[in-house]
Amino acid sequence: MNYADLFRVTLPETALEVAALIVLIVDLGFLRKAALKVRVAVAALLGVAGCGAAFLALWASAGSGYNFDEALILAQGGYIAAAQAGILVLTALTLLLLIDSDFTRHVGEFVAVVLMAASGGLLVAAAQDLLVIFVGLELLSLSLYVMTAFAKASAKSAEAALKYYLFGGMSAAFLLFGFSYFYGLTGSTNLRDIQNAIVMQGTSPLLYVAWILVVAGLGFKVAAVPFHLWAPDTYEGAPAPAAAFIASVSKVASFALLLTFGMNWLTFGGGQWVGSNYSFYGLVHGIEQVWTGLAEILLFVAALSMVVGNLAALAQTSIRRLLAYSAIAHAGYMLLGVSTLPHYSGQSASWSSLMHSVNQLSVTQDAVLYYILTYGLTTIGAFGVVSVVERATGSDRLDSFLGLHKRNPLLAAVLLVLFLSLAGIPPLVGFWAKFNLFAAVLGVSAGPVPFALVALAVAMSAVSLYYYLQVLKRAYVMPAIDETPIKAHPVTMAVLLFIAAAVVILGCFPALLQNWIQSFYPIS
Amino acid sequence: MNEFPILTLLTVLPLVGAAVALMAGKHARNVALVSALASLALALLVWTEWSRFPGIGGYGFVEQHAWVSSLGIEYHLGVDGLSALMLVLSAIVTLMSVDAANRVHHNPGLYFGLVLVLEAGLFGSFTALNFFHWFLFWELSLIPAFFLIKLWGGARRGPAATQFFVYTMAGSVALLIAFLAVFVATNSMDFWHLTLLASTGELEQLVASHLGPHAMLWLAIAVLAGFAVKVPMFPFHTWLPAAYAEAPSPVTMLLTGAMSKMGVYGLLRIALPLFGAQITQIRTPLLVLAVSTVVMGAWAAAAQKDLKRIFAYSSVNHLGYCLLAIFTLAVPAAGAASQASQAFALNGVILQMFNHGITAAALFWFVAMMQQRTGGHRGIDQFGGLRKPAPVLAGLMGIALFSSLGLPGLNGFVGEFLIFRGVFPLVWVAATVSVLGLLVTAVVILTVIQKVFWGPLANHCENFPDLQHNERLALAPVIALMLLVGLVPSLIVDSINPTVLNLLAHWRF
Amino acid sequence: MLAWTIYLSFAGALAQALLPKGRAALSRWLALAVAVAGLAVAVTGFVSGMGQGRVTFVDLPWVPSMGIHFLLAADGISRVLVLLTGLAAVAGVLFSWNIELRTNEFFAFFLALIGGVYGVFLSFDLFLLFVFYEIAIVPKYFLIAIWGSTRREYAAMKLAIYSFAGSAMVLIGLLAAYSTAGSHSTTLDALAHAGLPVSFQMGCFPLVFLGFAILAGMWPFHTWAPTGHVAAPTAASMLLAGVVMKLGAYGCLRVGIALFPHGLDPWGLSLLGLGSWRDVFALLAVIGIVYGALVALAQTDFKFVIGYSSVSHMGFVLLGLMTLNQIGVTGAVLQMFSHGIIAGLLFAIVGRIVYDRTHTRQLAELETMHLSKRLPFAAGAFAVAGMASMGLPGFSGFVAELQVLIGAWKVNPWWVAASGIGIIVGVAYTWRALQKAFFADALPTPDEHPKTGWPKFEPISWPEVTGVALLTGVSLAVGLYPKILLDTIEPAVKALLAGGVQ
Repeated sequence: MNYADLFRVTLPETALEVAALIVLIVDLGFLRKAALKVRVAVAALLGVAGCGAAFLALWASAGSGYNFDEALILAQGGYIAAAQAGILVLTALTLLLLIDSDFTRHVGEFVAVVLMAASGGLLVAAAQDLLVIFVGLELLSLSLYVMTAFAKASAKSAEAALKYYLFGGMSAAFLLFGFSYFYGLTGSTNLRDIQNAIVMQGTSPLLYVAWILVVAGLGFKVAAVPFHLWAPDTYEGAPAPAAAFIASVSKVASFALLLTFGMNWLTFGGGQWVGSNYSFYGLVHGIEQVWTGLAEILLFVAALSMVVGNLAALAQTSIRRLLAYSAIAHAGYMLLGVSTLPHYSGQSASWSSLMHSVNQLSVTQDAVLYYILTYGLTTIGAFGVVSVVERATGSDRLDSFLGLHKRNPLLAAVLLVLFLSLAGIPPLVGFWAKFNLFAAVLGVSAGPVPFALVALAVAMSAVSLYYYLQVLKRAYVMPAIDETPIKAHPVTMAVLLFIAAAVVILGCFPALLQNWIQSFYPIS
Repeated sequence: MNEFPILTLLTVLPLVGAAVALMAGKHARNVALVSALASLALALLVWTEWSRFPGIGGYGFVEQHAWVSSLGIEYHLGVDGLSALMLVLSAIVTLMSVDAANRVHHNPGLYFGLVLVLEAGLFGSFTALNFFHWFLFWELSLIPAFFLIKLWGGARRGPAATQFFVYTMAGSVALLIAFLAVFVATNSMDFWHLTLLASTGELEQLVASHLGPHAMLWLAIAVLAGFAVKVPMFPFHTWLPAAYAEAPSPVTMLLTGAMSKMGVYGLLRIALPLFGAQITQIRTPLLVLAVSTVVMGAWAAAAQKDLKRIFAYSSVNHLGYCLLAIFTLAVPAAGAASQASQAFALNGVILQMFNHGITAAALFWFVAMMQQRTGGHRGIDQFGGLRKPAPVLAGLMGIALFSSLGLPGLNGFVGEFLIFRGVFPLVWVAATVSVLGLLVTAVVILTVIQKVFWGPLANHCENFPDLQHNERLALAPVIALMLLVGLVPSLIVDSINPTVLNLLAHWRF
Repeated sequence: MLAWTIYLSFAGALAQALLPKGRAALSRWLALAVAVAGLAVAVTGFVSGMGQGRVTFVDLPWVPSMGIHFLLAADGISRVLVLLTGLAAVAGVLFSWNIELRTNEFFAFFLALIGGVYGVFLSFDLFLLFVFYEIAIVPKYFLIAIWGSTRREYAAMKLAIYSFAGSAMVLIGLLAAYSTAGSHSTTLDALAHAGLPVSFQMGCFPLVFLGFAILAGMWPFHTWAPTGHVAAPTAASMLLAGVVMKLGAYGCLRVGIALFPHGLDPWGLSLLGLGSWRDVFALLAVIGIVYGALVALAQTDFKFVIGYSSVSHMGFVLLGLMTLNQIGVTGAVLQMFSHGIIAGLLFAIVGRIVYDRTHTRQLAELETMHLSKRLPFAAGAFAVAGMASMGLPGFSGFVAELQVLIGAWKVNPWWVAASGIGIIVGVAYTWRALQKAFFADALPTPDEHPKTGWPKFEPISWPEVTGVALLTGVSLAVGLYPKILLDTIEPAVKALLAGGVQ
């Protein structure tokens, strides 16, 4: 039990918690008399500072993770560090977007909760042990429920939070139940140990039941079909910054977690990163990978999400629900990536195909990460625009966007960039993320099943253009009902422009973000 | 080989004239007259001098440049006796037409521009020796004709122009496809080269090997169909009476004087040289059609009441003789006597083309004048006794009418005589039946003369003015030409006979 | 350096977007300047490229980990099509001179579209080609949705979705080819020489070809085209029919045929007389030729006639591509150029010159307006354009169609017979439109019309005259002297057919 090590490894989380406390103290202690705007500004900036501190801590504490009894509890580096950095950046952006919101007077509390959610996210991304996973997930989820309910003046907010909470609580229960089966079957809560144990023992039907339960729990987090029913209501009811956070940060954390599961259970007969080398336990001990069927279940969920998400979005008249269903669809694409992590099947494969698979592993992993990071960025921007328009027009119907190009041309331009990116139009980053992901999936295996799924994904992506264009149509084409200009707070505009510029630049020069992600891997 | 591109100049000159006329507004007619005269001078020059500058194949004034080599398309011009005569004919008829069009009030610039473009089209198609070039001008002449009918024509000009356009286009497409097939088989679009191939039988072999055993026959039918529409041959003639009647008379002069000759020329330049053997195979049905044209044309003319329609059907009849002679030429393995007959027939065709062109144009000119003087009347029953108020008109028109009838001493006789001289020994049945045409035509013409010039003076014809001075001046050369050719046909025959013999030598039936 | 066409267009688009509102004149002149500059570069590139094979302008690694290059190059085919784009761009700007609503945004989208099109023709990396191909979709949507006419929102969405669906198919094919070839590189050269297995090519070729052919207006996926063309504002119709449909055909050639040549091999069995994908697509092309022509014959809206005629003419292009011989493919490329010019001219006359003045496109109404007297320029221009469209010799369409027919005859004479029908019907519908719109019979002769005038139309402006002269002149020049283009096209086609991309 090396507390010093634990402290080092969880430095970022600590920084965030400390920042949360500071915000609370400053807001409740010193700013009682100040105007709402000031309090919001101070709290948000303090929160951003906290994120910055956590970011630095991330760099400073780079190492090889925290072990407990020889088992890795919290991992570091590689895709995990990239995900964590992404979480911090996105949290900071969300806090910046908070700046001109007025949905609550309890500003300090809100920011504190956001920061705590972020730290939960960091934990979730790093966790390698079932219990730690659960703790992190609960920290994240509970904070999210609270955030959703924060707009006390809105009945929708309360309703959304309640639905979210009930649904979430139930899926947490499923998750825990599934975890308990895994513990029961293998006697360990560490992911790698579980994998090794099952490889040695052989599979049993109970295993698949447990896996389905786990998928239910995780699927809820990422809003995959059929665990998605909370998403439209939550996205609709939560205050804009909260919705943005749910749509971006919590997704990043959840997908990092899914990648962790995937790396440990879906690929190869057990293995782990040691420094820059991936060591194959199964290979070393000559054991074949015997888990088939896990990935197929995930694939099925992925396909369902892609289809249902896109088709349901076609019928929406509320921008927030549209974004919710589109989030479901995007989750589907990413799940496709996760579920096609390369498998290694024992003695029949050659060394070169093994090496190829190892290569593909990091490619696929990076592709999923790239996707979720850029998707998170774009979504925050989208919610930022939505919140500005909502405040000005008082409704989140699609028709509130009518004539936006006249009312605020810059905002309309940002909307154009972000939505086209979500639709997957080059040269924006959304296109590249999709291309990268699909190329990685096909790079793993170009058989008929992956090919069919990629074809489905591309087809559904084509469908999505329709509903994104519906919004853009209202902004640019259809005549306006009300032509009064819409004003947005300068900081908000600055953030939105920054996000839009990032979307364009990262799309034109995809190597930039790829290189940044690569920089988290140890030099080999 | 001649270095100076005189044929290109000849073709371009009317185009330049057209451009100037378009901008000249009221003075367009004068511009057109100048241009037409210049063209006539050039055409006469070509006519007299062509044999002095021979090129490949015996053509004169040859110009040959590559154009789109991958498609075998060359800029290849040249004339022989046949084409040169057609050039002269076109020039004369155009001049006559411009002369006759002295009452164009509406947009004269466009009118004369189109007429000159039409002339350029005629020149171009008579001098072309490569299919693409020839086809370009063949199509090019369609457009001005269509617009001339459509914009300045009579009351029912719409359907007339439509029919004219559609029929001719359909024929053109048939020609195009046939030539594409020939190109695919031989990689050549050059008339002379193809004629040589055909004369040795190689063309047929190439086509058969590339396209199948019966392809050549189908191609021949397609080509014949294309020309049959233009000449026209029964039963593809139905567009003609309406078009001739509804077009303004000066335009009809062009249509009948020159454009119809394009069809016959095409038969002589393309169909007979390339598809001689196939024509021999289907000679009998073709002869039947030709004879039908002759007889039907004459008979229908007899039934008409409108002068323009009478002369229109009469044109069909006269060109029917050309068709008769052309199909008669298809005699396989001709002996010396047959060859002589062939020569007579071919000479007759060419002469008939020229003579009919002049005569028919003149006749329509007279009709135009009569229309002008009576405010648009042109029904045969609307006139009567015109020889009293207008003796000169009666006299000159009478000469033209008798020429059309085929009176010896006038030009109309010579062509028909030579045709029958050639056809009779070869296909006496067809010739005999065609004589019917001659008889009926005689009846028609005499009826016209009787009803229009003799008999009691019609009501509104008392003040029918006679020919003015300038009109006499304009008509005199034409009438003189009719007499000259009628009395001294050797003027023309001597020049075209060598060409005739040369052509016959290379045609294989 | 031809790449400047792309850069200039996008820079121009950005500049237009940033222009202050209400400065319509400034916006127009800027757009014209950019378009003319692009044309100048295109002409210079064309002339300097004569006799050269493929010339590479830019080759930068873009995403090295996946072997994607920012590779801009041009061979003979590209140069000709870039020239076409330049001409279409200038003509499009000229014919949009009278747009007053949100002028700068109009030209911003217009120039962005042009930039995308230039990009496709100059890309020799499949990924880059795809990027430019997709970039072109969004401006089309907005151009039609905002400035269009009949049912514009529906037409714009239909067009966008069809295009996107087509490009989705291409994307799937691209991903499949990339991964099957070993995921090393996306340049056209690399993929062409990657030795893709024949069975793979048999499956990938129809997918990619179909994806591109949708944009080229192949029957039966052509339905977006007439609706879209009719709804679009004049300049957009000119570009759509003139250039954007050629993107599809170009993709069919450059990507479909060059990268998957074995996809056209015979299957070994024969289904309803069809023995290979080549037969299937040739059949669809021929059906398109005839169907497009027949439907055009029945239309009551002037612009629909032209829209369906575009479908018919593109059928010739696709047929030419399917002949897979030198002369047929050359004819197809030439037809791309020729139809681009002619379609632009036709839409310009119908849309800008006639519709903007008469405010109707219904032939029945136009019949009563005696346009040959009141709009003689339009009547004459349409007569000439109609002749060009019919394929009259002397205009560019004749040589192109001649080559396609000869190429087709070498493969299967029945294709020629059917196409011949298409040509004949083509004459019929063009003539019918000409007659009904301009030269209707039911009216008094020129000598008989009442002296009291009909209301006057707005006079023909100089941009309209310039545009018509430019396009007509080009068609005539190419028709009379096709060597200007054929000398550039033929070697490039030869190289392409000989062994994948040069």
